[in-house]
Amino acid sequence: MQHTRRKVLKSGGGAGVLALLFAAGIVRPAKGLAQSGNAFSMKTVPDAMRALGAQNAAASAGILIKAPEIAENGAVVPIAVESRLAGTESITLLIEKNPNPLAASFNIPAGTEPNVSTRVKIGESSDVYALVKAEGKYFMAKKEIKITLGGCGG
Amino acid sequence: MSDPMRIRAAERDGVVNVKVLMSHEMETGQRKDAAGKIVPAHFISKITATHQGKTVLSAQWGPAVSKNPFLEFNFKGGKKGDKVVVTWEDNKGETRTDETTIN
Amino acid sequence: MMIRRRMAAAVLAAGAALGALAQSSPEAEIAKYREALAAGNPADLWEARGEALWKQKRGPKNASFEACDLGKGPGVVKGAYAELPRHFADADRVMDLETRLAHCMVTLQGFRYEDATKRVFGAGTNRSDFESLAAWITAESRGVTMNVALGHAKEHEAYQLGEKMFYFRGGPHDFACATCHGESGKRIRLQDLPNLTEKAGAQLAYTTWPAYRVSQGELRTFQWRLNDCFRQQRFPDLKFASDASIALTTFLARNANGAAFNAPAIKR
Repeated sequence: MQHTRRKVLKSGGGAGVLALLFAAGIVRPAKGLAQSGNAFSMKTVPDAMRALGAQNAAASAGILIKAPEIAENGAVVPIAVESRLAGTESITLLIEKNPNPLAASFNIPAGTEPNVSTRVKIGESSDVYALVKAEGKYFMAKKEIKITLGGCGG
Repeated sequence: MSDPMRIRAAERDGVVNVKVLMSHEMETGQRKDAAGKIVPAHFISKITATHQGKTVLSAQWGPAVSKNPFLEFNFKGGKKGDKVVVTWEDNKGETRTDETTIN
Repeated sequence: MMIRRRMAAAVLAAGAALGALAQSSPEAEIAKYREALAAGNPADLWEARGEALWKQKRGPKNASFEACDLGKGPGVVKGAYAELPRHFADADRVMDLETRLAHCMVTLQGFRYEDATKRVFGAGTNRSDFESLAAWITAESRGVTMNVALGHAKEHEAYQLGEKMFYFRGGPHDFACATCHGESGKRIRLQDLPNLTEKAGAQLAYTTWPAYRVSQGELRTFQWRLNDCFRQQRFPDLKFASDASIALTTFLARNANGAAFNAPAIKR
């Protein structure tokens, strides 16, 4: 299944062909990858962003990443993202050094504040990217979080 | 059968703050067990939160979200006494729905 | 290999953090990390399980824990943890919470001790009833002032044995509890170590267990804490609900007297 999708994408199909194949039931996304296509299985930030259609995301000071600069343990790193950009539709988190950078994506309907908080696993000190889709365009911000290990390693 | 979520929804000045704690292993599929075998990926991949039938948040997750996930968000228009319903679905197709009353 | 790589990363991180700048020290950032964690504690999930387990009829005698006496009378849970460990006449033994729970599993519910204590520390979906029960029972002592009495001769003995153990050096590293916890201002990598020989340190440490340990992904109890300290000191395995574990717990709990109990907490 994965193999089939990759072949299709490589053959220059792009979103259009993939959509047709999904509709025809020939290519079925594995559960959990449906919404963002292959983005969750991408291994680099640029690839994941491309899979999301966000490769031209402009840096924006209107995206606030609220997270401690040092996490005592990478298993649970609290991250909150607030977008001050008008018309925010989604907020997406990517962790550069993780094996698969795309961690989570939140859709913000009208009436919901563009401000979400969750906890992610970060394998090693890494930049964390927050992508915001606002009025159809992508914007991004990043922040470095250092991961340490306390105590005797337990 | 999965454990119930702990959902807290509090309204203040017209904004409802929702905090959700979910019980889930969120296995990445990269961990090995004591015998050296890979523990298969098992993680919540989709979340939907609704208020009176309207979606107030939806999300797509990968296994990098921490074990026993925590989620917090805010939406306008909910009143004390209304219900907020949260559903998760994982990559194995298991699903769980819980609700709370806004206080 | 894993540990060396992580240590290197930790040292680099610590070095980078310390060298970084005047605005925020590593201690301040770690304080922020801990504060952010406190917003949502997965221990709540264990508390819910524990409350259900307390009321659930089970075992060969099909009984719940509702007649279990934690020291304040059968079924009285509120405030019970703040007075443990204590001597129980029916067993003529000083018991901590987990030991007493095992006792009730055997006497009230009819389990064999070996079966009741088959899994004392949980792992993922292989849960430990002790951890769930402890989460709820200790939550019922939140805000209660620690009040471990040493009225009974055996309670007094347990305290004295615990104190002796605290300072006793042994194992291949010649460590004692006091080696890491006997002075102020010590740390292991970026983990600050509480000084358990001073009132403030003793109180803060004891009143924040059990805790959801992020690094474990589990709710861990005081029996686990001591067991893991022994492991890290390369001591022999500290047996669950042993007199030794209860003695050390009595020493540390008593030293926390006067502080408000504040667990289940959440820690790295």
